[in-house]
Amino acid sequence: MSSHQISVTINGEQHTREVEARLLLVHFIREELGLTGTHIGCDTTSCGACTVLLNGVPAKSCTVFAVAADGAEVTTVEGLGNGGLHPVQRGFTEKHGLQCGFCTPGMMLTSKALLDENPDPSEADIRWGISGNLCRCTGYVNIVKAVQRASELMKENSDG
Amino acid sequence: MAECRGLGHSVQRKEDARFIRGQGRYIDDIKLPGMLYLDIARSPYAHAKITRIHEDTAMAVDGVAAVITGKTLEGFKLAWMPTLMSDQQMVLPVDTVKYQAQEVAAIVATSRYAAADGAAALEVDYDPLPVVVDPHEALKPGATKVRDDKDSNHIFHWEHGDADGTEAALAGCDTVVEQKMHLPRIHVASIETCGCVASWNPVEGHLTLYLTTQAPHAIRTVVALVTAHLGLAEHKIRVISPDIGGGFGGKVPVYPGYVLATAASVVTGKPVKWIEDRSENLSADSFARDYHITATLGSKNGKVTALKLDTVADHGYSDAAANPSKFPAGLYHIATGSYDLENAHVSVDGVYTNKPPGGIAYRCSFRVTEAVHAIERMVDLLARENGEDPADFRLRNFIKPEQFPYQSALGWEYDSGNYGAALEKAMDMIGYQDLRAEQAEKRARGQLMGIGISSFTEIVGAGPSKTFDILGIKMFDSAEIRIHPTGKAIARFGTKSQGQGHETTYAQIIAEELGIPPEDIQVEEGDTDTAPYGLGTYASRSTPTAGAAASIASRKIREKARKIAAHLLEADEADLVWEQGKFHVKGSPDRAKTIQDIAFAAYTNHPQGMEAGLEAISYYDPPNLTFPFGSYICCVDIDRGTGQVKIRRFVAVDDCGVRINPMIVDGQIHGGLTMGIAPALLEEISYDADGNITGGNLMEYLVPTAMETPHWELGETVTPSPHHPIGAKGVGESATVGAPPAVVNAVVDALWHLGVRHMEIPMTPARVWNVLNEHGAAATR
Repeated sequence: MSSHQISVTINGEQHTREVEARLLLVHFIREELGLTGTHIGCDTTSCGACTVLLNGVPAKSCTVFAVAADGAEVTTVEGLGNGGLHPVQRGFTEKHGLQCGFCTPGMMLTSKALLDENPDPSEADIRWGISGNLCRCTGYVNIVKAVQRASELMKENSDG
Repeated sequence: MAECRGLGHSVQRKEDARFIRGQGRYIDDIKLPGMLYLDIARSPYAHAKITRIHEDTAMAVDGVAAVITGKTLEGFKLAWMPTLMSDQQMVLPVDTVKYQAQEVAAIVATSRYAAADGAAALEVDYDPLPVVVDPHEALKPGATKVRDDKDSNHIFHWEHGDADGTEAALAGCDTVVEQKMHLPRIHVASIETCGCVASWNPVEGHLTLYLTTQAPHAIRTVVALVTAHLGLAEHKIRVISPDIGGGFGGKVPVYPGYVLATAASVVTGKPVKWIEDRSENLSADSFARDYHITATLGSKNGKVTALKLDTVADHGYSDAAANPSKFPAGLYHIATGSYDLENAHVSVDGVYTNKPPGGIAYRCSFRVTEAVHAIERMVDLLARENGEDPADFRLRNFIKPEQFPYQSALGWEYDSGNYGAALEKAMDMIGYQDLRAEQAEKRARGQLMGIGISSFTEIVGAGPSKTFDILGIKMFDSAEIRIHPTGKAIARFGTKSQGQGHETTYAQIIAEELGIPPEDIQVEEGDTDTAPYGLGTYASRSTPTAGAAASIASRKIREKARKIAAHLLEADEADLVWEQGKFHVKGSPDRAKTIQDIAFAAYTNHPQGMEAGLEAISYYDPPNLTFPFGSYICCVDIDRGTGQVKIRRFVAVDDCGVRINPMIVDGQIHGGLTMGIAPALLEEISYDADGNITGGNLMEYLVPTAMETPHWELGETVTPSPHHPIGAKGVGESATVGAPPAVVNAVVDALWHLGVRHMEIPMTPARVWNVLNEHGAAATR
């Protein structure tokens, strides 16, 4: 099995490692770097539990090779708040947008990317935006409200 | 004093702080020094003789440390393990596989990837055998026999109620409807799959088992019982259930992978991790339903009179259903539902087929969903046959509020209810009469719109120990509360949250009872070394049992606190009045001691002769089950071109008794509704004639996304349980139970004028389009 040296910036910190060519990004993040907030729910890009931001864009890290992230900037849930809490994190807890918490990191990163692109999304925009992330507990209604709340908080922040 | 925010407050969840930061600790986050990884080689056949396992092919892979086969386990008398239903299932086959994806061998290796390589490399020789996948075929003479150790494929016959009386009553009815219906096999598909980390310490003879389990204490006992002959003992087994990424009943049973990881740890002397991947999860465990029901319901002069259900239950190759021991068909005999029915009889015949074991609950209290589906479909049909609107028919036939406690024809004593109020509220919320008018207009224009009702009654909170046990262990549950000198508390429970928010709601119950704010109460569950024994979280039993135990333990503490307060206030105990959070002397509200003052005194200044400390434990054995109920109304539009069913509106009025945290209750209902419409519209695990699973991944097994899920509209009524200490009933599963027939009734309602009388589930676009086409109503362009 060939191995390659890669250098990935995760949550602002650069990590250089020698990895197997077939190592999945999600395993690189979880096993090599010990950032276990990124979860694995399937292996077919279906559930979105492993969603991270790859150069700002949501990517399902269970079907991205770590070598494909060489030179990239990755944001995981651990880097979302940047020391405090991101408005998306506040929205999710205030609106009870999570229950078991397993889909939550991926769902929040998808939501952040959605809001970065569209700061004032409609309910339909939000539902479409999170439709690649499965949640089995919440029934999505409170996740929609959480994203709407995050949108409000982000506007308050930028106004203030 | 700050408000203590007990019952009725939407307190923000304590558990969220770690979850939103990615600091939850789930099974795959546990990493122990020197840990090995286990992967499982699985059968490509649904039924086959294993002629040879070439262990060397896996051992040749770099990093593979051991290969475990059925023959290895046979040497330890571990190739088979008992199920909860007095049957047995294989951990690994010694010679024959009985379903596709069955575990054939375990490969232990130094990394996750090496273990997977080993499983892929393992060569196994099979001789395929004939397969039986249809339970009706399996019951025929000469059918392929699934189990070599049994006489036939017929597992059990169970019946309940008055067969003769029901036949006689049906014969005397003026209107009788009969309908066959299949509730297909479905899968909970919690976003976290199952897994474990087993860590055996040979020096101390101690096993630590981190496990995705909803019932850690019961699992510890089971492990102790099945491994006693190997020298393991219960006091040296510690089961830790970490944060659980969704359970829904799928994490109640013991699965072969857990036993394999344990065996592998014993064999290698190292910690061993096993984590299922999604396709393994969807093809090998956590299956529910698969009831083939023939239902008959009759009325006389418009009054529902008699119900008969005959059922063929497909259990797969082993009866590993997760039911209380005395209930092979769970609580299916709640089937008379919300109606005042004098005669009823239900029967179930369990059957073996070449499928993995089924019979876990899928977010329901032991077959209540099957029962509710049957009665709510049949009441709808009978209403129509009587020429009456299904809402009016229900309102007339409901058990009336004054009839509670109500003795059902099948032997249950319903604790409390007001069914008419819930349905009328749902009708008001959705604007029932206006929708009917809109439907008539649309129908005239050729558009398909339907309105469906489900007025369910659940039975949850198992259970009174006189009838409910699991392997003989009575189904009580527990709470242990310790108040520390500074007035802060720790409370531990025998249950295990999988997202229900126990850390918050249990704290609120204690807050209500003792006046200690929820943030001052640390709630812990899931570690058998520290938590009191309990039977776990499933069947909506946490609030009815452990929640009640929290109340009772709190009240024990309050009694001791009264004695300490009397000592501190130099007053007679009888003269003390409790108001939330403090005792004061009757007539002198200023002469008071708070619970915090009393807690401090319990360690620093307690009365002579009294033991120090302020703590209590309760093992709560409920006097009865609780009976949550509700009425749901679903409005659908059907696309004649594609057969797509769109839920336009869905109103859910739930009555779960007293609500502890309304925000969490609503969240439970939202999630339950989503898992209710899922089997109605999307989800099915099916097999081809050779026993190949046709939906073993999330691209074919369709879990609802935010796109299919409607905006839920919730309402409530509150009818307290008269026997629960705080009047609560449990709510986690009501919506999963109540929602499916509302959707089916809506679709049938939309198609009734075409002559459609029934729809099987899931009502996929293809199935609906075919029905439209058969009735000449499909748009072709």
